[in-house]
Amino acid sequence: MEKSTAQIARPAQLLLRGVTKVYGTGSAAMHALRGVDLRIDKGEFIAVMGPSGSGKSTCLNILGCLDTPTSGSYLFEGVEVGKLSRGQRARLRRYYLGFVFQGYNLLNRTSALENVELPLIYRNHPIAERHALARQALGAVGLAGWESHTPGELSGGQQQRVAVARAIVTAPHVLFADEPTGNLDTARSREIMDLLTALNRDRGITIVMVTHEADMAAYAKRVVRFVDGLVDSDERNDKEAA
Amino acid sequence: MVWNALLLALRELRRNVMRSFLTILGIVIGVAAVIIMVTLGSGATVQVSQQIASLGSNLVILVPGQMGPGRGSSVAPFYADDVEAIAREIGDLKAVAPAATKSVTVIFANKNWSTAVTGTNNDYFTASNWVIERGRIFSESELRAGKAVCVIGATVNKELFGAQDPLGSKLRLKNISCEVIGQLKAKGQSGIGRDQDDVITIPLRAFQRRIAGNRDIAMIQISVRDESAIDRVKSAIERLMRERRHLAPREENDFSVMDTRQIAQTLTGTTRILTLLLSAVAAVSLLVGGIGIMNIMLVSVTERTREIGIRLAIGAFERDVLTQFLVEAVVLASFGGLFGVLLALAASAVLAQVLQVPLILNPGIMILAFLFSGAVGVIFGYVPARRAARLDPIEALRHE
Repeated sequence: MEKSTAQIARPAQLLLRGVTKVYGTGSAAMHALRGVDLRIDKGEFIAVMGPSGSGKSTCLNILGCLDTPTSGSYLFEGVEVGKLSRGQRARLRRYYLGFVFQGYNLLNRTSALENVELPLIYRNHPIAERHALARQALGAVGLAGWESHTPGELSGGQQQRVAVARAIVTAPHVLFADEPTGNLDTARSREIMDLLTALNRDRGITIVMVTHEADMAAYAKRVVRFVDGLVDSDERNDKEAA
Repeated sequence: MVWNALLLALRELRRNVMRSFLTILGIVIGVAAVIIMVTLGSGATVQVSQQIASLGSNLVILVPGQMGPGRGSSVAPFYADDVEAIAREIGDLKAVAPAATKSVTVIFANKNWSTAVTGTNNDYFTASNWVIERGRIFSESELRAGKAVCVIGATVNKELFGAQDPLGSKLRLKNISCEVIGQLKAKGQSGIGRDQDDVITIPLRAFQRRIAGNRDIAMIQISVRDESAIDRVKSAIERLMRERRHLAPREENDFSVMDTRQIAQTLTGTTRILTLLLSAVAAVSLLVGGIGIMNIMLVSVTERTREIGIRLAIGAFERDVLTQFLVEAVVLASFGGLFGVLLALAASAVLAQVLQVPLILNPGIMILAFLFSGAVGVIFGYVPARRAARLDPIEALRHE
């Protein structure tokens, strides 16, 4: 009871209401989301699960302001994202969001440090500050000393940690991770999950992670399951509470 | 942002040195061609003007017949009394020199040399700006008697005498033996590639009697004392010659009166049109170079779709991506421009040497060509850059 009053008093950080997403038109139309309601508060760590085609990636794209809903409403910290222009959504991503992808998506032939600096360049940080922040972020993911290595010279786990460093170097409000451990073995996966858990716990960064591995979802505080474009279940992980 | 884009662009060029080089080759050639054409063109123009000036200052030239195509060649020549009449009846003249010329083989000792022998008087040296290097010009009695004496040009001197002193030696011109009394100072090449110093002058009478065998004069050179009098002198000569040649009022002139300014204008005009045409052709290759850049930039955008997706996802604005690719195209094109200018400098220096025209470097045209290459980068880089900026980040990230 106490919890629900707290939720009402504080506006949600991310709020989806009746969100649908349709690709294509007419008979070829594909309904990726069929009316999703989802509320995510600041400091949460959510795992989004579901079979492929269930709409979980589409939902993450919308939450990450990379895409807009066909209908329904998405409020990011009280701002109606569906009404924003492409440029305004880019601004939200630049200043408030961080992304980690399954395929790491680092720039090839570019050093780890420069990869991590990339978002800071677009935020017009002075060069000295950029170096310092990027080094800090690389240190935070345990890659101090690897600054000058290019993605080709790093292992998959290290590359993904560089990607995490790039996502957190701007101190984002929300970190979106799309199957961050999909290309990694179990030991490497655990390292990444420990890293995300620590970021959520120590820095209060809200984390929304798409995964299809139950092991990984177990790290999250809350698990949302998608089936056929709808939220099928939404449960809190009691592991920590217990 | 532009600074960062510049660094990125330079790095991207370094990664694909060979491709970048081939991409800018069109621009290099275009820019170089334009500059070389303009440089050699202005060199040629200057050279023509210089040579016209070396013909003589304030010079009016009188030749039989009308300049232009389709005119009969059977027009009456001039005679010695025409020269005398001009000298007598028209004021403000510094020199009036008749000239009749024939190509003759000259023999001295065991050497022979084919050259142009001109029969004239002492006014010829004044009118044509000749300077005597050694010896003397003709004496009055030599001119009157048509004595076999000659003043030779520097080339003839070199070919026949080498380092020897020519004065007093006897040359064989056709069937006459001719004493060398003077040598002219060298003038150098003329506009049409003719060696002006390859000449021998002898008294007009000697020429007419012993070489040509007639009394014809092919040209009269008139040097006017003051430049402002040129037009007046020209019309006076025209009136006088019409009268002397008995032309009816409606008849066209059967002779031409030209001054060096006119000749210079005609010649430099031709050079200028030629330069303009060639430069236009060269400019087309610049355009082709631009298309090459657009092509490779489009390829580059496709290749780097994923990179663009990453940049857009982490907060690059459309204009950031647009700037990045536009700057890259401009940097490519500018490198092309730069190399083009350097190539043009080297090639112009070599070609000017080979074609024996003065090397007139024009910084204006180099800067212009360089800026134009940059503009080509902007114009042809815009479409690929816009395509990159408009990419959908989700699609771009999925791109393999």
